[in-house]
Amino acid sequence: MADADTHRTIETVFRIEQARLIAGLTRMVRDVGLAEELAQDALVTALAEWPKSGVPDKPGAWLMAAAKRRAIDGMRHEKMAARKHAELGRDLDQDADSAAEAIEAHLDDDVGDELLSLIFTACHPVLSPEARAALTLRLIGGLTTDEIARAFLSTEPTIAQRIVRAKAALRESGLSYEVPHGAERAPRLASVLEVIYLIFNEGYAATAGDDLIRADLCAEAQRLGRILAGVAPDDPEVFGLLALMEIQASRLKARVGPDGSSIPLPEQNRAQWDQLLIRRGFTALNRATALGGQSGPYALQAALAACHARARTAAETDWGKIASLYDALRTVMPSPVVDLNRAIAHSMAFGPHAGLALIAEIEQANVLRNYAPLPAAKGDCLLRAGRPAEARRQFEAAAALSRNLREKEFLLARAAACDQVPTA
Amino acid sequence: MRVMVLVKATEDSEAGRMPTAELFEAMGKFNEELVKAGVILGGDGLKPSSQGKRVAFDGPKRTVIDGPFAETRELVAGYWIWEVKDMAEAVEWVKRCPNPMFGPSEIEIRPFYEMSDFGDVVTPEIRERDERLRDQLKDR
Repeated sequence: MADADTHRTIETVFRIEQARLIAGLTRMVRDVGLAEELAQDALVTALAEWPKSGVPDKPGAWLMAAAKRRAIDGMRHEKMAARKHAELGRDLDQDADSAAEAIEAHLDDDVGDELLSLIFTACHPVLSPEARAALTLRLIGGLTTDEIARAFLSTEPTIAQRIVRAKAALRESGLSYEVPHGAERAPRLASVLEVIYLIFNEGYAATAGDDLIRADLCAEAQRLGRILAGVAPDDPEVFGLLALMEIQASRLKARVGPDGSSIPLPEQNRAQWDQLLIRRGFTALNRATALGGQSGPYALQAALAACHARARTAAETDWGKIASLYDALRTVMPSPVVDLNRAIAHSMAFGPHAGLALIAEIEQANVLRNYAPLPAAKGDCLLRAGRPAEARRQFEAAAALSRNLREKEFLLARAAACDQVPTA
Repeated sequence: MRVMVLVKATEDSEAGRMPTAELFEAMGKFNEELVKAGVILGGDGLKPSSQGKRVAFDGPKRTVIDGPFAETRELVAGYWIWEVKDMAEAVEWVKRCPNPMFGPSEIEIRPFYEMSDFGDVVTPEIRERDERLRDQLKDR
Protein backbone atom coordinates (compact mmCIF):
# COMPACT_ATOMS: atom_id res chain seq x y z
CA MET A 1 0.00 0.00 0.00
CA ALA A 2 1.26 3.45 -0.86
CA ASP A 3 2.30 5.61 2.07
CA ALA A 4 -0.32 8.25 1.34
CA ASP A 5 -3.05 5.59 1.43
CA THR A 6 -1.72 4.16 4.66
CA HIS A 7 -1.69 7.60 6.25
CA ARG A 8 -5.26 8.19 5.21
CA THR A 9 -6.26 4.80 6.60
CA ILE A 10 -4.48 5.49 9.88
CA GLU A 11 -6.17 8.85 10.27
CA THR A 12 -9.57 7.34 9.56
CA VAL A 13 -9.00 4.43 11.93
CA PHE A 14 -7.91 6.87 14.57
CA ARG A 15 -10.99 9.01 14.09
CA ILE A 16 -13.22 5.98 14.50
CA GLU A 17 -11.32 4.68 17.52
CA GLN A 18 -10.47 7.95 19.23
CA ALA A 19 -13.47 8.17 21.55
CA ARG A 20 -13.16 4.61 22.83
CA LEU A 21 -9.39 4.96 23.17
CA ILE A 22 -9.77 8.08 25.28
CA ALA A 23 -12.64 6.48 27.19
CA GLY A 24 -10.61 3.36 28.06
CA LEU A 25 -7.49 5.35 28.89
CA THR A 26 -9.40 7.82 31.08
CA ARG A 27 -10.64 4.96 33.19
CA MET A 28 -7.04 3.78 33.52
CA VAL A 29 -5.20 7.06 34.20
CA ARG A 30 -8.12 9.05 35.67
CA ASP A 31 -7.29 12.16 33.70
CA VAL A 32 -9.03 13.12 30.47
CA GLY A 33 -6.22 15.40 29.30
CA LEU A 34 -3.56 12.75 29.85
CA ALA A 35 -5.76 10.13 28.20
CA GLU A 36 -6.07 12.32 25.13
CA GLU A 37 -2.29 12.80 25.00
CA LEU A 38 -1.71 9.05 25.27
CA ALA A 39 -4.16 8.44 22.44
CA GLN A 40 -2.28 11.00 20.34
CA ASP A 41 1.01 9.26 21.16
CA ALA A 42 -0.48 5.98 19.94
CA LEU A 43 -1.43 7.71 16.70
CA VAL A 44 2.13 8.94 16.27
CA THR A 45 3.42 5.41 16.87
CA ALA A 46 1.01 4.01 14.29
CA LEU A 47 2.04 6.63 11.76
CA ALA A 48 5.66 5.50 12.23
CA GLU A 49 5.05 1.75 12.22
CA TRP A 50 2.06 0.90 10.04
CA PRO A 51 3.58 2.13 6.76
CA LYS A 52 6.34 -0.48 7.37
CA SER A 53 4.37 -3.31 8.98
CA GLY A 54 1.01 -2.80 7.28
CA VAL A 55 -2.28 -1.97 9.00
CA PRO A 56 -2.94 -4.58 11.72
CA ASP A 57 -6.08 -6.76 11.61
CA LYS A 58 -7.48 -5.21 14.77
CA PRO A 59 -6.27 -1.63 14.48
CA GLY A 60 -8.35 -0.38 17.41
CA ALA A 61 -6.89 -2.94 19.78
CA TRP A 62 -3.40 -2.23 18.47
CA LEU A 63 -3.79 1.49 19.20
CA MET A 64 -5.12 0.74 22.66
CA ALA A 65 -2.19 -1.60 23.41
CA ALA A 66 0.28 1.05 22.25
CA ALA A 67 -1.38 3.76 24.33
CA LYS A 68 -1.54 1.56 27.43
CA ARG A 69 2.13 0.73 27.05
CA ARG A 70 2.86 4.46 27.09
CA ALA A 71 0.61 4.89 30.09
CA ILE A 72 2.49 2.19 31.97
CA ASP A 73 5.83 3.77 31.11
CA GLY A 74 4.43 6.96 32.59
CA MET A 75 3.22 5.14 35.68
CA ARG A 76 6.60 3.48 36.19
CA HIS A 77 7.97 6.97 36.19
CA GLU A 78 5.55 8.03 38.81
CA LYS A 79 6.12 4.90 40.85
CA MET A 80 2.51 3.86 40.84
CA ALA A 81 1.36 1.18 43.23
CA ALA A 82 3.55 -1.83 42.56
CA ARG A 83 0.75 -4.36 42.33
CA LYS A 84 -1.35 -2.47 39.82
CA HIS A 85 1.75 -1.88 37.77
CA ALA A 86 2.74 -5.57 37.79
CA GLU A 87 -0.76 -6.59 36.80
CA LEU A 88 -0.92 -4.26 33.85
CA GLY A 89 2.66 -5.00 32.87
CA ARG A 90 1.93 -8.71 32.70
CA ASP A 91 -0.79 -8.19 30.09
CA LEU A 92 1.40 -6.07 27.94
CA ASP A 93 4.69 -7.93 28.19
CA GLN A 94 3.11 -10.77 26.24
CA ASP A 95 3.61 -10.66 22.51
CA ALA A 96 1.74 -7.90 20.77
CA ASP A 97 -0.90 -10.08 19.13
CA SER A 98 -2.17 -11.78 22.23
CA ALA A 99 -2.10 -8.50 24.12
CA ALA A 100 -4.15 -6.98 21.34
CA GLU A 101 -6.57 -9.90 21.54
CA ALA A 102 -6.90 -9.53 25.29
CA ILE A 103 -7.66 -5.86 24.85
CA GLU A 104 -10.12 -6.57 22.06
CA ALA A 105 -12.04 -8.96 24.33
CA HIS A 106 -11.98 -6.38 27.08
CA LEU A 107 -13.16 -3.69 24.67
CA ASP A 108 -16.20 -5.73 23.74
CA ASP A 109 -17.25 -6.08 27.36
CA ASP A 110 -16.61 -2.64 28.61
CA VAL A 111 -16.58 -0.21 25.75
CA GLY A 112 -20.17 0.89 26.23
CA ASP A 113 -19.65 1.61 29.87
CA GLU A 114 -16.34 3.41 29.34
CA LEU A 115 -17.73 5.53 26.53
CA LEU A 116 -20.76 6.42 28.61
CA SER A 117 -18.56 7.44 31.51
CA LEU A 118 -16.49 9.63 29.16
CA ILE A 119 -19.68 11.32 27.92
CA PHE A 120 -20.77 11.96 31.51
CA THR A 121 -17.31 13.33 32.31
CA ALA A 122 -17.15 15.69 29.32
CA CYS A 123 -20.65 16.94 30.18
CA HIS A 124 -20.01 17.32 33.89
CA PRO A 125 -22.01 20.13 35.53
CA VAL A 126 -18.82 21.64 37.02
CA LEU A 127 -18.19 22.92 33.48
CA SER A 128 -20.13 25.67 31.72
CA PRO A 129 -22.46 24.46 28.94
CA GLU A 130 -20.12 26.02 26.33
CA ALA A 131 -17.11 24.19 27.79
CA ARG A 132 -19.07 20.96 27.93
CA ALA A 133 -20.09 21.33 24.28
CA ALA A 134 -16.53 22.02 23.13
CA LEU A 135 -15.07 19.14 25.14
CA THR A 136 -17.77 16.71 23.99
CA LEU A 137 -17.23 17.60 20.34
CA ARG A 138 -13.46 17.26 20.81
CA LEU A 139 -13.37 13.98 22.75
CA ILE A 140 -16.42 12.08 21.53
CA GLY A 141 -17.15 13.76 18.20
CA GLY A 142 -13.45 13.82 17.26
CA LEU A 143 -13.68 17.38 15.88
CA THR A 144 -10.54 19.50 15.78
CA THR A 145 -10.44 22.75 17.76
CA ASP A 146 -10.45 24.62 14.45
CA GLU A 147 -13.65 22.85 13.38
CA ILE A 148 -15.29 23.57 16.73
CA ALA A 149 -14.27 27.24 16.50
CA ARG A 150 -15.76 27.59 13.00
CA ALA A 151 -18.91 25.78 14.06
CA PHE A 152 -19.48 28.11 17.03
CA LEU A 153 -18.45 31.27 15.14
CA SER A 154 -15.51 31.63 17.51
CA THR A 155 -11.72 31.61 17.13
CA GLU A 156 -9.37 28.68 17.50
CA PRO A 157 -7.38 30.11 20.46
CA THR A 158 -10.64 30.79 22.35
CA ILE A 159 -11.85 27.23 21.90
CA ALA A 160 -8.42 25.71 22.57
CA GLN A 161 -8.21 27.64 25.82
CA ARG A 162 -11.76 26.66 26.75
CA ILE A 163 -10.87 22.99 26.29
CA VAL A 164 -7.60 23.25 28.22
CA ARG A 165 -9.39 24.96 31.11
CA ALA A 166 -12.18 22.40 31.06
CA LYS A 167 -9.69 19.53 31.28
CA ALA A 168 -7.88 21.24 34.14
CA ALA A 169 -11.18 21.86 35.96
CA LEU A 170 -12.04 18.16 35.64
CA ARG A 171 -8.60 17.14 36.91
CA GLU A 172 -8.89 19.41 39.93
CA SER A 173 -12.44 18.44 40.79
CA GLY A 174 -11.39 14.90 41.77
CA LEU A 175 -14.18 13.14 39.84
CA SER A 176 -14.67 9.41 40.02
CA TYR A 177 -14.97 8.98 36.22
CA GLU A 178 -17.66 6.42 36.90
CA VAL A 179 -21.08 6.26 35.30
CA PRO A 180 -23.41 7.90 37.84
CA HIS A 181 -26.15 5.76 39.36
CA GLY A 182 -29.02 6.29 41.75
CA ALA A 183 -30.12 9.78 42.69
CA GLU A 184 -27.08 11.32 41.04
CA ARG A 185 -27.93 9.96 37.61
CA ALA A 186 -30.93 12.11 36.63
CA PRO A 187 -29.25 15.52 37.08
CA ARG A 188 -26.03 14.28 35.46
CA LEU A 189 -27.96 12.88 32.50
CA ALA A 190 -29.89 16.16 32.19
CA SER A 191 -26.53 17.90 31.88
CA VAL A 192 -25.50 15.55 29.05
CA LEU A 193 -28.78 15.97 27.18
CA GLU A 194 -28.61 19.76 27.56
CA VAL A 195 -25.19 19.80 25.89
CA ILE A 196 -26.24 17.58 22.99
CA TYR A 197 -29.34 19.70 22.38
CA LEU A 198 -27.26 22.88 22.60
CA ILE A 199 -24.99 21.51 19.87
CA PHE A 200 -28.02 20.58 17.78
CA ASN A 201 -29.57 24.02 18.13
CA GLU A 202 -26.32 25.74 17.11
CA GLY A 203 -26.48 23.74 13.92
CA TYR A 204 -30.19 24.43 13.52
CA ALA A 205 -29.54 28.17 13.80
CA ALA A 206 -27.08 28.01 10.90
CA THR A 207 -28.32 29.61 7.70
CA ALA A 208 -27.41 29.12 4.05
CA GLY A 209 -24.07 30.77 3.41
CA ASP A 210 -22.74 29.79 6.84
CA ASP A 211 -19.71 27.54 7.00
CA LEU A 212 -21.00 24.03 6.30
CA ILE A 213 -19.34 22.76 9.46
CA ARG A 214 -21.91 24.82 11.35
CA ALA A 215 -24.87 23.09 9.75
CA ASP A 216 -23.03 19.80 10.33
CA LEU A 217 -23.48 20.36 14.06
CA CYS A 218 -26.99 18.97 13.69
CA ALA A 219 -25.61 15.74 12.27
CA GLU A 220 -22.92 15.73 14.97
CA ALA A 221 -25.53 16.13 17.73
CA GLN A 222 -27.71 13.43 16.18
CA ARG A 223 -24.71 11.12 16.08
CA LEU A 224 -23.97 11.86 19.76
CA GLY A 225 -27.61 11.17 20.55
CA ARG A 226 -27.46 7.87 18.68
CA ILE A 227 -24.24 6.87 20.46
CA LEU A 228 -25.82 7.73 23.78
CA ALA A 229 -28.90 5.67 22.89
CA GLY A 230 -26.56 2.78 22.05
CA VAL A 231 -24.73 2.90 25.39
CA ALA A 232 -27.60 4.01 27.66
CA PRO A 233 -30.51 2.00 26.23
CA ASP A 234 -32.71 2.23 29.33
CA ASP A 235 -32.93 6.00 29.88
CA PRO A 236 -36.21 7.27 28.38
CA GLU A 237 -35.15 10.91 28.02
CA VAL A 238 -32.15 9.84 25.89
CA PHE A 239 -34.69 8.50 23.40
CA GLY A 240 -36.92 11.53 23.89
CA LEU A 241 -34.07 13.83 22.87
CA LEU A 242 -33.01 11.55 20.02
CA ALA A 243 -36.60 11.51 18.72
CA LEU A 244 -36.81 15.30 18.97
CA MET A 245 -33.56 15.79 17.02
CA GLU A 246 -34.37 13.21 14.34
CA ILE A 247 -37.80 14.72 13.65
CA GLN A 248 -36.56 18.31 13.68
CA ALA A 249 -33.67 17.37 11.41
CA SER A 250 -36.10 15.72 9.00
CA ARG A 251 -37.22 19.24 8.00
CA LEU A 252 -33.78 20.78 7.51
CA LYS A 253 -33.96 20.56 3.74
CA ALA A 254 -37.54 21.85 3.52
CA ARG A 255 -37.15 24.87 5.76
CA VAL A 256 -34.76 26.85 3.54
CA GLY A 257 -35.96 28.54 0.37
CA PRO A 258 -33.84 28.82 -2.78
CA ASP A 259 -32.88 32.37 -1.73
CA GLY A 260 -31.77 31.22 1.70
CA SER A 261 -34.82 32.56 3.53
CA SER A 262 -36.40 30.32 6.13
CA ILE A 263 -39.77 28.80 5.35
CA PRO A 264 -42.23 28.46 8.26
CA LEU A 265 -43.57 25.01 9.01
CA PRO A 266 -47.09 25.39 7.55
CA GLU A 267 -45.64 26.51 4.22
CA GLN A 268 -42.94 23.86 3.89
CA ASN A 269 -43.08 21.32 1.08
CA ARG A 270 -43.75 18.21 3.12
CA ALA A 271 -42.55 15.96 0.32
CA GLN A 272 -39.06 17.22 1.19
CA TRP A 273 -39.25 16.01 4.77
CA ASP A 274 -36.78 13.18 5.34
CA GLN A 275 -38.98 10.14 5.92
CA LEU A 276 -36.07 8.01 7.13
CA LEU A 277 -35.38 10.45 9.96
CA ILE A 278 -39.08 10.80 10.76
CA ARG A 279 -39.37 7.02 11.03
CA ARG A 280 -36.28 6.93 13.26
CA GLY A 281 -37.81 9.69 15.37
CA PHE A 282 -41.06 7.76 15.82
CA THR A 283 -39.12 4.62 16.76
CA ALA A 284 -37.12 6.54 19.36
CA LEU A 285 -40.28 8.18 20.73
CA ASN A 286 -41.96 4.78 21.02
CA ARG A 287 -38.93 3.54 22.91
CA ALA A 288 -39.10 6.53 25.30
CA THR A 289 -42.79 5.79 25.88
CA ALA A 290 -42.16 2.07 26.38
CA LEU A 291 -39.61 2.99 29.05
CA GLY A 292 -42.29 5.07 30.82
CA GLY A 293 -40.85 8.41 29.76
CA GLN A 294 -43.69 9.94 27.72
CA SER A 295 -43.98 12.88 30.16
CA GLY A 296 -40.32 13.90 30.05
CA PRO A 297 -39.62 17.37 28.64
CA TYR A 298 -37.73 16.04 25.59
CA ALA A 299 -40.27 13.28 24.93
CA LEU A 300 -43.10 15.84 25.07
CA GLN A 301 -41.29 18.16 22.65
CA ALA A 302 -40.62 15.15 20.41
CA ALA A 303 -44.32 14.24 20.57
CA LEU A 304 -45.15 17.81 19.47
CA ALA A 305 -42.73 17.53 16.56
CA ALA A 306 -44.26 14.14 15.75
CA CYS A 307 -47.75 15.68 15.48
CA HIS A 308 -46.51 17.92 12.68
CA ALA A 309 -44.59 15.06 11.07
CA ARG A 310 -47.71 12.91 11.05
CA ALA A 311 -49.84 15.51 9.25
CA ARG A 312 -49.68 15.04 5.48
CA THR A 313 -50.85 18.63 4.98
CA ALA A 314 -50.79 21.61 7.35
CA ALA A 315 -54.62 21.47 7.45
CA GLU A 316 -54.48 17.91 8.80
CA THR A 317 -52.50 18.96 11.88
CA ASP A 318 -54.04 17.57 15.07
CA TRP A 319 -54.15 20.84 17.07
CA GLY A 320 -56.22 19.29 19.86
CA LYS A 321 -53.41 16.84 20.55
CA ILE A 322 -50.80 19.60 20.28
CA ALA A 323 -52.74 21.77 22.76
CA SER A 324 -52.87 18.94 25.29
CA LEU A 325 -49.14 18.23 24.83
CA TYR A 326 -48.39 21.90 25.57
CA ASP A 327 -50.61 21.66 28.66
CA ALA A 328 -48.36 18.82 29.83
CA LEU A 329 -45.12 20.49 28.75
CA ARG A 330 -45.69 23.65 30.75
CA THR A 331 -45.92 21.62 33.94
CA VAL A 332 -42.53 19.90 33.41
CA MET A 333 -40.82 22.78 31.60
CA PRO A 334 -42.43 26.03 32.71
CA SER A 335 -41.50 28.91 30.41
CA PRO A 336 -43.32 31.93 29.01
CA VAL A 337 -42.37 30.86 25.47
CA VAL A 338 -43.98 27.46 26.05
CA ASP A 339 -47.04 29.32 27.36
CA LEU A 340 -47.20 31.40 24.18
CA ASN A 341 -46.92 28.34 21.96
CA ARG A 342 -49.63 26.75 24.08
CA ALA A 343 -51.87 29.76 23.51
CA ILE A 344 -51.32 29.49 19.74
CA ALA A 345 -52.09 25.75 19.85
CA HIS A 346 -55.28 26.41 21.83
CA SER A 347 -56.32 29.09 19.33
CA MET A 348 -55.84 26.64 16.49
CA ALA A 349 -57.68 23.84 18.32
CA PHE A 350 -60.50 25.72 20.05
CA GLY A 351 -60.75 29.04 18.19
CA PRO A 352 -59.20 32.51 18.47
CA HIS A 353 -61.04 33.40 21.71
CA ALA A 354 -59.37 30.54 23.56
CA GLY A 355 -56.01 31.83 22.29
CA LEU A 356 -56.76 35.44 23.26
CA ALA A 357 -57.71 34.42 26.80
CA LEU A 358 -54.38 32.62 27.30
CA ILE A 359 -52.45 35.48 25.66
CA ALA A 360 -54.09 37.90 28.11
CA GLU A 361 -52.67 35.82 30.98
CA ILE A 362 -49.19 35.96 29.45
CA GLU A 363 -49.49 39.75 28.97
CA GLN A 364 -50.33 40.12 32.62
CA ALA A 365 -47.14 38.32 33.62
CA ASN A 366 -45.33 40.94 31.54
CA VAL A 367 -42.13 38.91 30.88
CA LEU A 368 -42.54 38.69 27.10
CA ARG A 369 -43.24 42.40 26.54
CA ASN A 370 -40.42 42.82 24.00
CA TYR A 371 -40.93 39.48 22.31
CA ALA A 372 -42.18 39.97 18.74
CA PRO A 373 -43.96 36.58 18.50
CA LEU A 374 -46.37 37.63 21.28
CA PRO A 375 -48.06 40.55 19.45
CA ALA A 376 -47.76 38.56 16.20
CA ALA A 377 -49.77 35.71 17.75
CA LYS A 378 -52.26 38.14 19.25
CA GLY A 379 -52.68 39.84 15.88
CA ASP A 380 -53.37 36.50 14.27
CA CYS A 381 -56.04 35.64 16.85
CA LEU A 382 -57.66 39.09 16.55
CA LEU A 383 -57.76 38.83 12.77
CA ARG A 384 -59.37 35.42 12.97
CA ALA A 385 -61.84 36.79 15.54
CA GLY A 386 -62.93 39.43 13.02
CA ARG A 387 -61.18 42.42 14.64
CA PRO A 388 -58.81 43.57 11.84
CA ALA A 389 -58.18 47.10 13.15
CA GLU A 390 -56.84 45.78 16.46
CA ALA A 391 -54.98 43.01 14.63
CA ARG A 392 -53.25 45.60 12.47
CA ARG A 393 -51.87 47.42 15.53
CA GLN A 394 -50.53 44.14 16.92
CA PHE A 395 -48.78 43.21 13.68
CA GLU A 396 -47.22 46.68 13.56
CA ALA A 397 -46.06 46.36 17.16
CA ALA A 398 -44.55 42.94 16.35
CA ALA A 399 -42.77 44.37 13.29
CA ALA A 400 -41.28 47.14 15.44
CA LEU A 401 -39.93 44.57 17.91
CA SER A 402 -38.51 42.15 15.32
CA ARG A 403 -34.80 42.37 14.62
CA ASN A 404 -34.97 40.09 11.62
CA LEU A 405 -35.45 42.02 8.38
CA ARG A 406 -37.37 39.30 6.58
CA GLU A 407 -39.64 38.75 9.56
CA LYS A 408 -40.23 42.51 9.81
CA GLU A 409 -41.28 42.64 6.15
CA PHE A 410 -43.57 39.67 6.63
CA LEU A 411 -45.27 41.25 9.68
CA LEU A 412 -45.74 44.61 7.94
CA ALA A 413 -47.31 42.79 5.01
CA ARG A 414 -49.72 41.09 7.41
CA ALA A 415 -50.53 44.47 8.98
CA ALA A 416 -51.25 45.98 5.58
CA ALA A 417 -53.45 43.01 4.64
CA CYS A 418 -55.70 43.71 7.65
CA ASP A 419 -57.24 46.62 5.71
CA GLN A 420 -58.72 44.20 3.21
CA VAL A 421 -60.51 42.17 5.86
CA PRO A 422 -64.06 43.18 6.79
CA THR A 423 -64.78 43.70 10.49
CA ALA A 424 -67.03 40.99 11.92
CA MET B 1 -22.63 12.35 4.92
CA ARG B 2 -25.13 9.63 4.28
CA VAL B 3 -24.12 6.54 2.33
CA MET B 4 -25.90 3.45 1.14
CA VAL B 5 -23.89 0.30 1.68
CA LEU B 6 -24.93 -2.38 -0.79
CA VAL B 7 -24.22 -6.02 -0.13
CA LYS B 8 -23.93 -7.63 -3.54
CA ALA B 9 -25.57 -10.92 -4.34
CA THR B 10 -23.79 -14.21 -4.97
CA GLU B 11 -24.98 -17.52 -6.40
CA ASP B 12 -25.67 -18.63 -2.82
CA SER B 13 -27.78 -15.61 -1.86
CA GLU B 14 -29.65 -15.85 -5.17
CA ALA B 15 -30.38 -19.50 -4.35
CA GLY B 16 -31.85 -18.35 -1.03
CA ARG B 17 -29.18 -20.17 0.97
CA MET B 18 -29.37 -18.91 4.58
CA PRO B 19 -26.23 -17.78 6.38
CA THR B 20 -24.82 -19.94 9.17
CA ALA B 21 -25.53 -19.30 12.84
CA GLU B 22 -21.91 -18.13 13.22
CA LEU B 23 -22.33 -15.54 10.47
CA PHE B 24 -25.59 -14.35 12.00
CA GLU B 25 -23.81 -13.87 15.29
CA ALA B 26 -20.82 -12.10 13.75
CA MET B 27 -23.17 -9.82 11.81
CA GLY B 28 -25.12 -9.10 14.97
CA LYS B 29 -21.92 -8.07 16.72
CA PHE B 30 -20.88 -5.87 13.82
CA ASN B 31 -24.30 -4.20 13.77
CA GLU B 32 -24.05 -3.57 17.49
CA GLU B 33 -20.71 -1.87 16.97
CA LEU B 34 -22.25 0.33 14.29
CA VAL B 35 -25.07 1.27 16.66
CA LYS B 36 -22.65 2.16 19.46
CA ALA B 37 -20.69 4.34 17.06
CA GLY B 38 -23.88 6.13 16.03
CA VAL B 39 -23.28 5.15 12.40
CA ILE B 40 -26.29 3.08 11.46
CA LEU B 41 -29.56 4.64 10.28
CA GLY B 42 -31.23 1.59 8.85
CA GLY B 43 -30.84 -1.48 6.71
CA ASP B 44 -32.30 -4.82 5.73
CA GLY B 45 -31.77 -7.96 3.73
CA LEU B 46 -33.50 -8.56 0.41
CA LYS B 47 -34.99 -11.79 -0.91
CA PRO B 48 -33.44 -13.38 -4.04
CA SER B 49 -34.18 -11.71 -7.38
CA SER B 50 -36.37 -14.70 -8.32
CA GLN B 51 -38.99 -12.98 -6.15
CA GLY B 52 -38.35 -9.57 -7.70
CA LYS B 53 -39.71 -7.79 -10.74
CA ARG B 54 -38.43 -5.13 -13.08
CA VAL B 55 -40.28 -2.54 -15.06
CA ALA B 56 -38.50 -1.55 -18.27
CA PHE B 57 -39.12 1.95 -19.69
CA ASP B 58 -38.95 2.86 -23.35
CA GLY B 59 -40.71 6.08 -24.23
CA PRO B 60 -44.34 5.61 -23.21
CA LYS B 61 -43.92 1.82 -23.13
CA ARG B 62 -43.71 -0.13 -19.82
CA THR B 63 -42.67 -3.79 -19.82
CA VAL B 64 -42.73 -5.91 -16.69
CA ILE B 65 -39.92 -8.46 -16.41
CA ASP B 66 -40.07 -11.26 -13.84
CA GLY B 67 -36.99 -12.29 -11.86
CA PRO B 68 -34.60 -13.99 -11.44
CA PHE B 69 -32.17 -11.65 -13.16
CA ALA B 70 -29.00 -12.77 -14.84
CA GLU B 71 -26.15 -10.52 -13.69
CA THR B 72 -25.89 -12.11 -10.22
CA ARG B 73 -22.86 -10.12 -9.09
CA GLU B 74 -24.56 -6.82 -9.95
CA LEU B 75 -27.66 -7.60 -7.90
CA VAL B 76 -28.24 -6.35 -4.38
CA ALA B 77 -28.81 -8.82 -1.55
CA GLY B 78 -29.05 -6.32 1.28
CA TYR B 79 -28.26 -2.77 2.29
CA TRP B 80 -27.49 -0.42 5.15
CA ILE B 81 -27.87 3.31 5.36
CA TRP B 82 -25.03 4.88 7.35
CA GLU B 83 -24.15 8.36 8.51
CA VAL B 84 -20.37 8.84 8.33
CA LYS B 85 -17.90 11.71 8.15
CA ASP B 86 -16.53 10.78 4.74
CA MET B 87 -16.05 7.90 2.31
CA ALA B 88 -12.81 6.86 4.04
CA GLU B 89 -14.74 6.22 7.24
CA ALA B 90 -17.36 4.21 5.35
CA VAL B 91 -14.59 2.11 3.75
CA GLU B 92 -12.99 1.52 7.14
CA TRP B 93 -16.27 0.30 8.61
CA VAL B 94 -16.97 -1.96 5.64
CA LYS B 95 -13.52 -3.54 6.05
CA ARG B 96 -14.57 -4.54 9.56
CA CYS B 97 -17.71 -6.27 8.32
CA PRO B 98 -17.58 -10.07 8.37
CA ASN B 99 -17.76 -11.53 4.85
CA PRO B 100 -21.55 -11.58 4.46
CA MET B 101 -21.50 -14.51 1.99
CA PHE B 102 -20.11 -18.04 1.85
CA GLY B 103 -17.65 -17.41 -0.96
CA PRO B 104 -15.98 -14.29 -2.32
CA SER B 105 -18.33 -11.31 -2.26
CA GLU B 106 -18.47 -7.55 -2.64
CA ILE B 107 -19.90 -4.62 -0.74
CA GLU B 108 -20.44 -1.35 -2.57
CA ILE B 109 -20.63 2.10 -0.93
CA ARG B 110 -22.58 4.91 -2.60
CA PRO B 111 -22.96 8.41 -1.19
CA PHE B 112 -26.36 10.12 -1.19
CA TYR B 113 -26.79 13.53 -2.75
CA GLU B 114 -26.66 16.14 0.01
CA MET B 115 -27.85 19.70 0.36
CA SER B 116 -24.29 20.91 -0.21
CA ASP B 117 -24.29 19.29 -3.66
CA PHE B 118 -26.78 21.99 -4.59
CA GLY B 119 -24.49 24.75 -3.31
CA ASP B 120 -25.00 26.96 -6.36
CA VAL B 121 -28.33 28.17 -5.01
CA VAL B 122 -26.44 30.29 -2.47
CA THR B 123 -27.03 33.82 -3.73
CA PRO B 124 -24.35 36.53 -3.90
CA GLU B 125 -26.19 38.46 -1.16
CA ILE B 126 -25.90 35.54 1.24
CA ARG B 127 -22.25 35.07 0.39
CA GLU B 128 -21.59 38.76 0.98
CA ARG B 129 -23.39 38.74 4.32
CA ASP B 130 -21.34 35.72 5.32
CA GLU B 131 -18.09 37.44 4.45
CA ARG B 132 -19.15 40.52 6.41
CA LEU B 133 -19.85 38.35 9.45
CA ARG B 134 -16.46 36.71 9.11
CA ASP B 135 -14.74 40.11 8.93
CA GLN B 136 -16.51 41.22 12.08
CA LEU B 137 -15.30 38.12 13.85
CA LYS B 138 -11.72 38.78 12.85
CA ASP B 139 -11.92 42.20 14.49
CA ARG B 140 -12.93 40.75 17.83
